[in-house]
Amino acid sequence: MPDATKVAQATEADVLTVKDYKSGDKPIWCPGCGDFGVLSATYKALAALQLQPKDVVVAAGIGCSSRTPYFMSTFGFHGVHGRSLPIATGMKLANPDLTILVMGGDGDLMSIGAGHFPHAAARNVDITCIMMDNQTYGLTKAQASPTSSMGHKTKSTPYGVIAKPMAPVLFALANGATFVARGYSAKPNDLTDLIVQGIKHPGFSFVHVQSPCAEFFNTYDFYDEHIEELPSDWDQQDLKAAINLALTEEKVHLGVFYQEERQSFGAAVRQFEPEGKQFDLAEYLQRFS
Amino acid sequence: MARDDFIIRIGGDTAIGGVISTGENFTTAAARIGFQTFTFRTYPAEIKGGHAWFQVRISNKPIYSIGDGCDILIAFDQEAYELHRPNLNEGGVLIYDSGLVQPDTDSDIICYGVPFQKIAREELEFVRGTNVLILGVMAGLFGLPPASLEEMVKSRYKRRAELMEKNIQALYHGYEYTKKIQKEDKFWLGTADHVARLVMTGNDAITAGALHAGCRYFAGYPITPATDILETMASQLPRFGGVCLQAEDEMASIGSVIGASYAGTKAMTATSGPGFSLMTELMGLASMAEIPIVIVNAQRSGPSTGMPTKLEQSDLFQALYGGHGDFPRIVLAPASVQNCFRISVLAFGLAEKYQCPVILLSDQSLSHRTETIREVDTDVFPVVDRIRPNGTNPEDYLRYQITDNGVSPMAVPGLDPHTYVAPGLEHDERGHPRLTPDTHEKMTAKRFRKLEAARLETDNAELCPRYGAEHADIGIIGWGATQGSIREAVDRALADGLKVAAMHPRVLNPLPEERLKEFIASVDRVLVPEINYQGQFAHHLTATLGVKPIRFNKIGGLPFTPGEIYKKIQEVLVHA
Repeated sequence: MPDATKVAQATEADVLTVKDYKSGDKPIWCPGCGDFGVLSATYKALAALQLQPKDVVVAAGIGCSSRTPYFMSTFGFHGVHGRSLPIATGMKLANPDLTILVMGGDGDLMSIGAGHFPHAAARNVDITCIMMDNQTYGLTKAQASPTSSMGHKTKSTPYGVIAKPMAPVLFALANGATFVARGYSAKPNDLTDLIVQGIKHPGFSFVHVQSPCAEFFNTYDFYDEHIEELPSDWDQQDLKAAINLALTEEKVHLGVFYQEERQSFGAAVRQFEPEGKQFDLAEYLQRFS
Repeated sequence: MARDDFIIRIGGDTAIGGVISTGENFTTAAARIGFQTFTFRTYPAEIKGGHAWFQVRISNKPIYSIGDGCDILIAFDQEAYELHRPNLNEGGVLIYDSGLVQPDTDSDIICYGVPFQKIAREELEFVRGTNVLILGVMAGLFGLPPASLEEMVKSRYKRRAELMEKNIQALYHGYEYTKKIQKEDKFWLGTADHVARLVMTGNDAITAGALHAGCRYFAGYPITPATDILETMASQLPRFGGVCLQAEDEMASIGSVIGASYAGTKAMTATSGPGFSLMTELMGLASMAEIPIVIVNAQRSGPSTGMPTKLEQSDLFQALYGGHGDFPRIVLAPASVQNCFRISVLAFGLAEKYQCPVILLSDQSLSHRTETIREVDTDVFPVVDRIRPNGTNPEDYLRYQITDNGVSPMAVPGLDPHTYVAPGLEHDERGHPRLTPDTHEKMTAKRFRKLEAARLETDNAELCPRYGAEHADIGIIGWGATQGSIREAVDRALADGLKVAAMHPRVLNPLPEERLKEFIASVDRVLVPEINYQGQFAHHLTATLGVKPIRFNKIGGLPFTPGEIYKKIQEVLVHA
């Protein structure tokens, strides 16, 4: 394939900038949506790491934020509701050289797909999961989400939400994620830094992003008031401290809560038989004689 | 005259142990020296305890089915005797542990009572040798050279010299014991040809076929009767640079298979009915986003949890029509263990070529039974890879380009610079969302054109064989694991001067319409035997070809025997 190779080499010679990661399709989000900030931070993070678009896959499920792959020039997958983590797991295990981002919302990752989240974290698959949490269902217009506060009144919860909100950071910490951070869409530069660290981390990285829905559940004022940076001397290796912090309800802390080094699933499975050989049918069939 | 083609059934409680392994060991030893074997097994759904039975039909001539009833019953306990006595053919042999079983005195069978457990305990002082003792008795009574069993014991205990010694002693003790028995029956094996054969289950053959076809990613969730595919893949794939994932559920299994295939690796999952139901939404995604995947459904008795360890062919509707929206999928059904290998390779070939889900429908009997296989001829099975956008300028690349056969080049992340988004939404040729009536019509038609192209290459004699009379009063159309019983029923009918033919398509969607039309035109009546209540394949034939077949349905968890089908043939002809 002479042409394709030429094109690939030409691209690799250049320095990549934010515009190289834009697909040219305009995001379908409402004005003021937090997801614009997350998208912009993602472009910047990829540019900072100089990753080739052909080596990156953005996998998503269903929801406003799950539309992200269409706005990127990388490879992408816009699948069905809730299954982005298993799809991304298959991609990474099949080709460990790819950089895989999972991007989705609180409905996709904490409700319909919540059953996959602890397993991806526990396996420590080397993917970066960026969750845009707007605490509402935007695409279906303003129903309660698993991260909506108790008492929150919506068309599907006219008497107020009865369930306690899910705590994504706590959930990730409790199930073995090896990189756990929180960002805020209105602070895209800090968020860029968290995404860069997440991608560089060799294991399951979870970046929880407070990304308000300007249309149906505008929480900008709340977060502007409640966010607090983690102290500069925060011990990122202290799991218990991270869990305690994640339990705090008074403040919404931003920064890297926790990280540890643990062999990723992909690296571990390839260690069992490091010298993979060619399959030979005649030899294989001997076991049935 | 001696009978050299006969059926041995072994039954007992799994708490005692050794029912299945005694049968398997006898089968392996016989197959190694060239006998043809065909086994069937059924397990209890309980974890420990419960009745299990194993059956092997054995001959030095080719055999195609489980056969009718059983000729020799080995009853480990009273329950086994009572359950299987009604299936013992006239003139059959009952071998029982005379310390545990009290058979009725009756005249049309021959009984040999041997105090197996007592001998093992008192004479051999080796209770665990009971099963090998029974093998020795079987060899002595029915003409299996004991050396073949000795070889098998030796290889099984090659690292445990003491156990090997004791088992060989038990084996010959049993063999010598038969000299004290006055043989009254007529069952005696003929001469074996001493050509080594393979003994494989359907699941073994499906897995071997997948590995040969280049499958290097597997994900599955344990479920009877597909679990052993997961287990084999877990042990074998890492040896060949592949990865096997025990997923958290079936949605994750198929999801990760879709992801792996998107990333350029041939990938498969295997499940049974309940798991297959859970996979349905993602199967539609694979069809919409045009991603090659192979799904094995080893069918079991449903609905819901049903009878998990028993067979049924009742997921055909789900395979053919399950899921929301209109989407193409290819459905294959292997007809024998040997055929499982071929159909598994074909499944990957069609998935890669047509970039869509391919469902391989097996069933509990085919997945778990063993057959002897002479050799696997791979020359006739091409291994196929997907087409890539080689040479196309990435700027001009159309992942979902509208083409005559519906197939468009698929880029591989990391290898091709032709980036695209695999979409679950309706999309234009680039893959970008486009939800207009015109786009949906054009793209749906594009995706379905792949099925017509697949039909043209699979509507042939190899994948839709015909058997029996050229013009027939009855033409049987079957699918899946029933092939052998149908074939033997047709043989009996032909020998009795009846005009019967059979056709057994391996591709159930798209149906081989030309072959089937030709066949239907050459027979007076069409009979469709299948193991489900609704007549699902008969329904599919009626919907596709307008034919109104006579339906012959059986449920209950056991396969068709040749005798049942032959009886139905006679019944149809009498009422004609």
